[in-house]
Amino acid sequence: MNDAVPGAAVPLPQATTAPGPGLPKTATGISGLDEITFGGLPHGRPTLVCGSAGCGKTLLAMEFLVRGAMQFDEPGVYVTFEESEEELAQNVRSLGFDVEALVQRGKLAFDYVHIDRREIEETGEYDLEGLFVRMGLAIDSIGAKRVVLDTMESLFDGFSDMALLRSELRRLFRWLKDRNVTVVVTGERGDGTLTRQGLEEYVSDCVILLDHRVDEQLSTRRLRVVKYRGTSHGTNEYPFLIGEHGISVLPVTSLGLSHHVSDERVSSGIPRLDAMLGGAGYFRGSSILVSGTAGSGKSTMAAHFADAACRRGDRCLYLAFEESRDQIVRNMRSVGIDLSRHLDSGHLLIEAARPSLHGLEMHLAQIHRLVGELAPQVVVIDPISNLGYASQMMDLSAMLLRLIDFLKSKGITAMFVNLAAGGKPFDATEAGVSSLIDAWLVLREIEAGGERNRTLYVIKSRGMQHSNQIREFLITANGIDLLDVYAGPGGVLTGSLRASQQAREKAAAVSREREQQRRKRELAARCAVLQAQMDALRQEASMLDAEISAEWNESAL
Amino acid sequence: MSTNKGNHHPAAQESGAAAPNGATEQLWELRLYTAGQTPKSVLAFNNLKRICEEYMPGRYEIEVIDLLRNPRLAKEDQIVAIPTLVRKLPQPLRKIIGDLSDTERTLVGLQLRPRNP
Repeated sequence: MNDAVPGAAVPLPQATTAPGPGLPKTATGISGLDEITFGGLPHGRPTLVCGSAGCGKTLLAMEFLVRGAMQFDEPGVYVTFEESEEELAQNVRSLGFDVEALVQRGKLAFDYVHIDRREIEETGEYDLEGLFVRMGLAIDSIGAKRVVLDTMESLFDGFSDMALLRSELRRLFRWLKDRNVTVVVTGERGDGTLTRQGLEEYVSDCVILLDHRVDEQLSTRRLRVVKYRGTSHGTNEYPFLIGEHGISVLPVTSLGLSHHVSDERVSSGIPRLDAMLGGAGYFRGSSILVSGTAGSGKSTMAAHFADAACRRGDRCLYLAFEESRDQIVRNMRSVGIDLSRHLDSGHLLIEAARPSLHGLEMHLAQIHRLVGELAPQVVVIDPISNLGYASQMMDLSAMLLRLIDFLKSKGITAMFVNLAAGGKPFDATEAGVSSLIDAWLVLREIEAGGERNRTLYVIKSRGMQHSNQIREFLITANGIDLLDVYAGPGGVLTGSLRASQQAREKAAAVSREREQQRRKRELAARCAVLQAQMDALRQEASMLDAEISAEWNESAL
Repeated sequence: MSTNKGNHHPAAQESGAAAPNGATEQLWELRLYTAGQTPKSVLAFNNLKRICEEYMPGRYEIEVIDLLRNPRLAKEDQIVAIPTLVRKLPQPLRKIIGDLSDTERTLVGLQLRPRNP
């Protein structure tokens, strides 16, 4: 069992787990493999990895050892029958595995067993004790917990006494079991049998089959757990990648509906759009579909969303399948969205790839790997529409299903951009996944009055009140600007109809103003006239007054 | 002539008596790898001694290497099967496995007999 390395700040993870009754398992550390085996390979037992040449057996075996040494502090012995230690080290150097350093530190040991039939003359009875001696020495010298035998086929090619070989192999696996080491044995695929030499006869606790197919110029690698005694396991084929960091297997997340749900809201990056979405934006962890025809502003919306995420400190993974990273940055800068500062700060990662580069399964596996590495809170996929190119086994909706489920299970808020062909704003694919999507925005260009104007509306947004209006928007030098809704007698107005309505209303306001001014002046004039009349009457009154007082004075005298 | 070969068990050295004309005769250096004293290795040793006495008396040296005492040599000398007989001299190096009960094949392996077509 593993104990913490003395002096380490954090105890290393346990390799061996016993998830309930049944076999204890040894974690491989290989991305995805431990998930589909529910914990790893059978502890203290041999696992057979078979497949045709070039399908990745040696790499899987090597990664099992290297990760065992690096991640779980379990030293390992690589018994190689075909390639030398130098060749093996060379092959995995590009994956970032420094085999020589591990050998130096006593975490890995190699033994190159060279068997050449032409060199050997068989003269009587013998056994393979020499092999046992070598393996015992290697295991004891570093305290190995993991062993690889790559590939046992060479024993069959080298020695002709089949009965002896069989009994020695049985003895070997018993011996290994007694030493309580977890073993990976590689074997070459046979015609109609799992392995050419029938190794599955001896190694039957766990059998993994690797496959490498080329369909329509796209290569796909698949892995299948053919057998795993004593435990449940995924029986499907799982696509896997051999990438920069080793093997990544793509597990199918169970499509249960038991995701953790959040109440928190995240901004779309466009305040007025947030207002349309229940006043606060999308739910964190939800899935959002933005669909529309070409040029309708989808990528700009996606950029706003990514920008808003980075500004509030989230990490965003932007998967671009149409434009390059620099192109996106440049285009968005022209509308006032500065993505380069998020790239520099590390909050944003734009990964661009041609959809035709891989099959669909590979894209999915890549996305899994990137999400695992970056641990983003937000993911944008722009667009998903052209990923359906040359899909064979899996169609786009199935892939979206798995992808949406995967991202939801991680609590990642995901935005998918879909290009709808033709004049229709949404297509069959979207109709298929619409039940999985939490929020659906459609960008549509409306033709009215001889023009096309950009509008958007919210088809649905689960869990919140949302606006049902069709809102016109402009793409300005400061990004997307949602305009006020102009409702004329015939409905919502956009574009120049709106402009003319605006102008009309303005004109009406001006003329009302003018009318008021005129009335004011008219009243003022009338006031003045009355005032004048009043003055005149007053004048007359005072004159009369003066006359009366003058007459009074005269009569008094 | 008996030469001591360092850290090997002294009793495991055997050679025939010195030949009168040693300089022109080819010396055979043979190594027998065993893993402990088992019936197969004892049989192999006896068979080997017999063959050497018959075909190259006085011109051979047998070294017995017990891999249980010297496990590192198994990797260094590329030994898988036990017993394994290695002809170091004359060159080239030849490997013969088994208890050497099949004399014919042993001789073929030692290149004292041509291989049957």
